[in-house]
Amino acid sequence: MADKVMSIAEVVGELRSGMTIGIGGWGSRRKPMALVRAILRSELRDLTVVSYGGPDVGLLAASGQARRVVCGFVSLDSIPLEPHYRRAREQGTIELTELDEGMLHWGLLAAAHRLPFLPIRAGLGSDVPRVNPQLRTVRSPYEDGEEFIAMPALKLDVALIHLNRADAQGNGQYLGPDPYFDDLFCLAATRSFLSCEQLVPTADLLAGGPPQSLLVHRMMVDGVVPTPHGAHFTSCVPDYDRDEAFQRVYAQSAATPQDWEQFRATYLDGDESQYQKAVS
Amino acid sequence: MTATRHGSADASIGGAASRAEVCVLACAEAWRGDGEILASPMGIIPRLGAQLARLTFAPDLVLSDGEAYLLDGETVEGWLPYRQVFRLVASGRRHVMMGASQLDRYGNQNIACVGDWARPTRQLLGVRGAPGNTVNHTTSYWVPRHSARVLVERVDMVSGVGYDRAAALGAPGNRFHEIRRVVTNLAVLDFPGPEHAMRLCSVHPGVSVAEVVAATGFPLSVPDDVPETRSPTAAELALIRDRLDPGGARDREVS
Repeated sequence: MADKVMSIAEVVGELRSGMTIGIGGWGSRRKPMALVRAILRSELRDLTVVSYGGPDVGLLAASGQARRVVCGFVSLDSIPLEPHYRRAREQGTIELTELDEGMLHWGLLAAAHRLPFLPIRAGLGSDVPRVNPQLRTVRSPYEDGEEFIAMPALKLDVALIHLNRADAQGNGQYLGPDPYFDDLFCLAATRSFLSCEQLVPTADLLAGGPPQSLLVHRMMVDGVVPTPHGAHFTSCVPDYDRDEAFQRVYAQSAATPQDWEQFRATYLDGDESQYQKAVS
Repeated sequence: MTATRHGSADASIGGAASRAEVCVLACAEAWRGDGEILASPMGIIPRLGAQLARLTFAPDLVLSDGEAYLLDGETVEGWLPYRQVFRLVASGRRHVMMGASQLDRYGNQNIACVGDWARPTRQLLGVRGAPGNTVNHTTSYWVPRHSARVLVERVDMVSGVGYDRAAALGAPGNRFHEIRRVVTNLAVLDFPGPEHAMRLCSVHPGVSVAEVVAATGFPLSVPDDVPETRSPTAAELALIRDRLDPGGARDREVS
């Protein structure tokens, strides 16, 4: 079996400007932040980011590398409005495909199943179709004749996810209470990269949790990166909770462009090990 | 505000219900008769209301911890990660009480942004699950600051679907749409009648009808006789003050 262990830089080296990148986790929870930070140090641009959005979207909006975000929300959870994303929206520096949360799920599921669309009730009657003029409806071919939103597949070039444990072959395990949609992001993507808190031998995976905690399989994963504390400052329970104090520092850096530049210089311009030293 | 306020410190002496406590009960009443479904409250007072309903007249309600667990009191009784929340929404076994940055007379709700969507003056939460919630199961709203800035003639971005939009959708697409009630810091409102225009259902103790009408940014349907919102019983008050919210978090949301 292939050893898929890569470095953070090697993962980012696989990405190209203009790609559609799906990012796992939810809000400010279990985000592959080490990989996002590495994107920030790269020359990548014009990215389309598909996400249950948190600081992943905020950072890529602040850096100007995300041209478009596809989401139902962008939030830091304990800070309901993501300030960098908010600033980008209010200044018109980012494009938005705004979807109901369930529509986003359905778009990923359609892509995972290699279907062009899936019917969904969510969105009907709301302004989501108004701001997404490309959306079509579909009528049930059965006698009910009901009309639905035809949610198009959200095909991803790349998925980036972060899990608690993984082996070198790409079998990944979550140990917290919610898998979010990380498996779906991987199946919806042409290539998927998994960062993890800890790389373990395959034989040790089940010592950490029940079989259903093995969320992604090696056939869904193209590369594995051990990034201890790599979801920081988002939560990665049970390994660690969200770093609320640091998240507040991050949020405050959206106040002015100078604050952002200072935050960036302090925490983001160096590599991951320098980041981890700066926040420890 | 004309009602006399009594903070949580009054629990031991059995003081009259504060405005926040009236609001907790008014939120609780939204879930009366719902049976064995998930009550999803957004906000401190709706959460206390759902818990109060569960402890009293709606014992079959299911409550989550807001993360991935279903809780019977302190005991985990089930698992509800986000992927299952979406299934539950689509199955209809849920009654959500959401907030609203803007709400119009037909119950169209906006939590997404203020101003032109293409370049908003204020980016808010995004539509989140509001479109799907409102066409799949019962919805209520909680407005902690009843004002003409929230209760508006027209919302900027329809996130939660109102009755006029649901009517335009027609059958069968609109058959699961129901906005049960709107609870504000001043009043309870609902949407009866063929037009489903927002009606003043009751005013909280110490609030006048004129005060509610003045704080509403569209012509409100006002019956000749507007009752007073029910105040919590002594037993309900004791539950709110001593068991559910001894720290007085409710007073941070409504004062």
